[in-house]
Amino acid sequence: MKSGSARYLQVSVFAAATVAVQLTAQVSGKAYFLTQLTMTAYATLVVVGLSLLMGYAGQISLGHAGFFALGGYTAAALTTWDLGPRRGQAIVAALARLHVLVLRPDPYGADVLTVHPWAAFACAVALTAAVAFVIGIPVLKLTGHYLAMATLGIGTILYSVALGTPSLGAADGISGVPPFQLVPGLQIGGSPSIRVQNYYLAWALVALSMLLLLNLIHSRVGRALRAIHAAEDAASAMGIDTARFKLRTFVLSAVLAAVAGVFSTHFNGGIGPSEASIMKSVKYLAIVAVGGMGSLWGSLTASAVLNFLSLRGYFGSFDDAVFGGILILVMLFSPDGILELDLRAALRSLLRKPRPTGES
Amino acid sequence: MTALLEVSGVSKRFGGLQAVKAVSFRVEKGTIKAVIGPNGAGKTTLFNIVSGFLAPDAGTIAFRGEPVQGSPPHRVSARGLARTFQHIKLFARMSALENVMVGRHVRSRAGFVAGMLHLPFTWSEEREVRARSLDLLDFLGIASLADAEATSLSYGQQRAVELARALASEPEMLLLDEPAAGLNMRETADLAQLIRRIRERGVTVLIVEHDMSLVMSISDEVIVLSYGEKIADGDPRSVQRDADVIRVYLGEEDA
Amino acid sequence: MFAELFFQYLVAGLTYGAIYAIVAIGFNIIYNTTGIINFAQGEFVMLGGMTAVTLHERLRLPLPAAIAGAVLVTIGVGALIEVTFIRWLEKPSVLRMIVITIGVSILVREAALLLWGQDVRTLPYFTGDEVSSLSLLGARISPQVLWTLGTCAVAVAFLSAFFKFTMLGREMRACASNRDAAALCGLPTRNLVTLSFVLSAGIGALAGCVVCPITYTQYNVGTGLAIKGFTVAILGGLGDSVASIAAGLILGVVESFSVWVLPTAYKDAISISILLAILFLRPSGLFGAKGSR
Repeated sequence: MKSGSARYLQVSVFAAATVAVQLTAQVSGKAYFLTQLTMTAYATLVVVGLSLLMGYAGQISLGHAGFFALGGYTAAALTTWDLGPRRGQAIVAALARLHVLVLRPDPYGADVLTVHPWAAFACAVALTAAVAFVIGIPVLKLTGHYLAMATLGIGTILYSVALGTPSLGAADGISGVPPFQLVPGLQIGGSPSIRVQNYYLAWALVALSMLLLLNLIHSRVGRALRAIHAAEDAASAMGIDTARFKLRTFVLSAVLAAVAGVFSTHFNGGIGPSEASIMKSVKYLAIVAVGGMGSLWGSLTASAVLNFLSLRGYFGSFDDAVFGGILILVMLFSPDGILELDLRAALRSLLRKPRPTGES
Repeated sequence: MTALLEVSGVSKRFGGLQAVKAVSFRVEKGTIKAVIGPNGAGKTTLFNIVSGFLAPDAGTIAFRGEPVQGSPPHRVSARGLARTFQHIKLFARMSALENVMVGRHVRSRAGFVAGMLHLPFTWSEEREVRARSLDLLDFLGIASLADAEATSLSYGQQRAVELARALASEPEMLLLDEPAAGLNMRETADLAQLIRRIRERGVTVLIVEHDMSLVMSISDEVIVLSYGEKIADGDPRSVQRDADVIRVYLGEEDA
Repeated sequence: MFAELFFQYLVAGLTYGAIYAIVAIGFNIIYNTTGIINFAQGEFVMLGGMTAVTLHERLRLPLPAAIAGAVLVTIGVGALIEVTFIRWLEKPSVLRMIVITIGVSILVREAALLLWGQDVRTLPYFTGDEVSSLSLLGARISPQVLWTLGTCAVAVAFLSAFFKFTMLGREMRACASNRDAAALCGLPTRNLVTLSFVLSAGIGALAGCVVCPITYTQYNVGTGLAIKGFTVAILGGLGDSVASIAAGLILGVVESFSVWVLPTAYKDAISISILLAILFLRPSGLFGAKGSR
């Protein structure tokens, strides 16, 4: 089918681009860029999920960083909390019998009994999906600024919990998170020797997610989502259970963020409360806005560029201000994203004498 | 014998306004029934209640013998009752074909997982949905407009797309909310012909309409609403001659 | 002993609650006139306090002059924000506006960081100092608390009188009620919108100054205040300033007493949980009658 092959072509081009970037970095002696590029990939995963939610389901989320943190913290906690002292307890014994626990040396050399990263990953995803499902039901009934503030509130609660809970490391977060051995030979971790491997694993994850999301958009569900966004009443009359579709999209985007959180945490060896902050959520939002809500490739490109520059410290101490400014500029001039920017129309509206307007 | 649609004692008030008052009627399978009445008579409210957008304060609605009052619109639609809207609600930024394909939502089943993984059964399902939707556009004579962005079409063409979209779910019953609004005489005559062809395909039609010529030419039965109450119910000729109906439309003769 | 502790918590709660109420009233003024939720509302409070500190310490202005100056500067900023970002947008969606004001609040906050750094600042107590206290009903409270509650009460009284008795106030109410009709009557709706920002900024700044000695101020206090102010506004019913007062005091007291049952680190989460509960269960607020969307 025509659109099908276009999709695979796009993803292939994208894959080729990632290879090209890596080789360029290698050749130009800037191999250390790969670390920021890997972190950029994980941030991009959050962004494309958010883009789907905002562009297709038409739901704003000002708290998406919270889901990233939920995934990351769950994985971090489970893979660093020492269950050794509790060996005697029934639940620990049960987990051991399920081969879910590993005995490994911690950074200080002592042996700790922690959860296997794969099990932690499963827990993180399941927990985030459950949380997103439960809060999604009431939240998605809201609209406009109520929805925005509710998602802002969710994100802030998650931030407060992360910041204020001693067993989650409070302000310092959790560190000493071990690398994640996916399969023998492939490992998510921050050691320079596996930098190239991690770069490709991260961007492969992005490519895979793009493929899945593109498939979704071009499927019956994608049509239903676009219909909901265009005219919710009419969509409902067509037999589309709008609440259920919005909820599932919300959960999907939350899970993507959580997966990014898990892998990112293993890559960085830790996580802190700032990953759940409002500012992080605003950054994701600004990037989706620039790339065009609902344009997955646009959001991906915007994310790759902006996140990389930010991580390399390009914006210096003005990082927050830059993203705040970007958000304002995009919202003022081109709410449909920078690719949809009609510069002339924007300038015209700026220079035209404003006349009394009605209620906004 | 149970009628396809049975409305019994349905009432609805909005604050101080009794929009619909104890309205009852039946629609037999394979017929075309029209609901007429002056503005504000409660016709659209009645439609919204039957299609699930509003819940009645009292009364029942039975479709194919099963109660549907209070069901949300998507469930009513899944039961086989499709509708169009008075103010056309096509999906913007989607082509005419895609609009109709959405209409086929209840006759397809690919969900999130199947969609993401592009499972094999979705390939044939998508082909089928696409083919059926094109057929419907063809049935309505606008197959050439398939790839045009839906809201860029002319009013009459948009109406046709909306009709195709409603038919895509292969409904047993179609609710048409003022389908002739904004159409000229020629287009209205075409619409009449179209509705007859829809009936020939086995679809029962309930239509709200102001255009008397359309109503009289195609309806098997007509009911008249006034201030939320049913004041007449019968074949078009006798309704036309009904004294109450005349009074409601033309006003009292001045003494 | 218990009674005294109880009283202290109560007073602290009322003090903070009064500030939340002022922020909520600021939200309501702008919301009523424009339908916009101005997320930068909290920054007005921050700017008031920070500017007053600079005027008082750097430029050595006497306290009353510093406060007056701070209010004027913040009013200027409020007007500038309205003219630059809000005025020339034609019928923007609600969502677009809240996102824009979030962006504005970030810019204001970052500018404050640039100007004043991360230092915590405070104004001197208006009367007395940190340890002076008045005896009221057998318990001791700081005079600054009275200043805070008094100032907020005066601000509310002024606003009520303004909206009820002055021509300008009535025009703003007309604009809030039906902007198109107001415009057709020849009212300068665009300037009235600017005025709404001016008023909100003014009372916010004043509140920021008066509570500064108690709570201190820092470049980033605005965001938390905005969220809590919004919670109060919703709690009382968006647009209803009188209800905001009650709602603000209630929230302040609940938050204050929450430390008895929850660790202080979770205090912020209290108000947000209340916000979510209200949004989910009763979006029209505790006192709101009709459903507001």
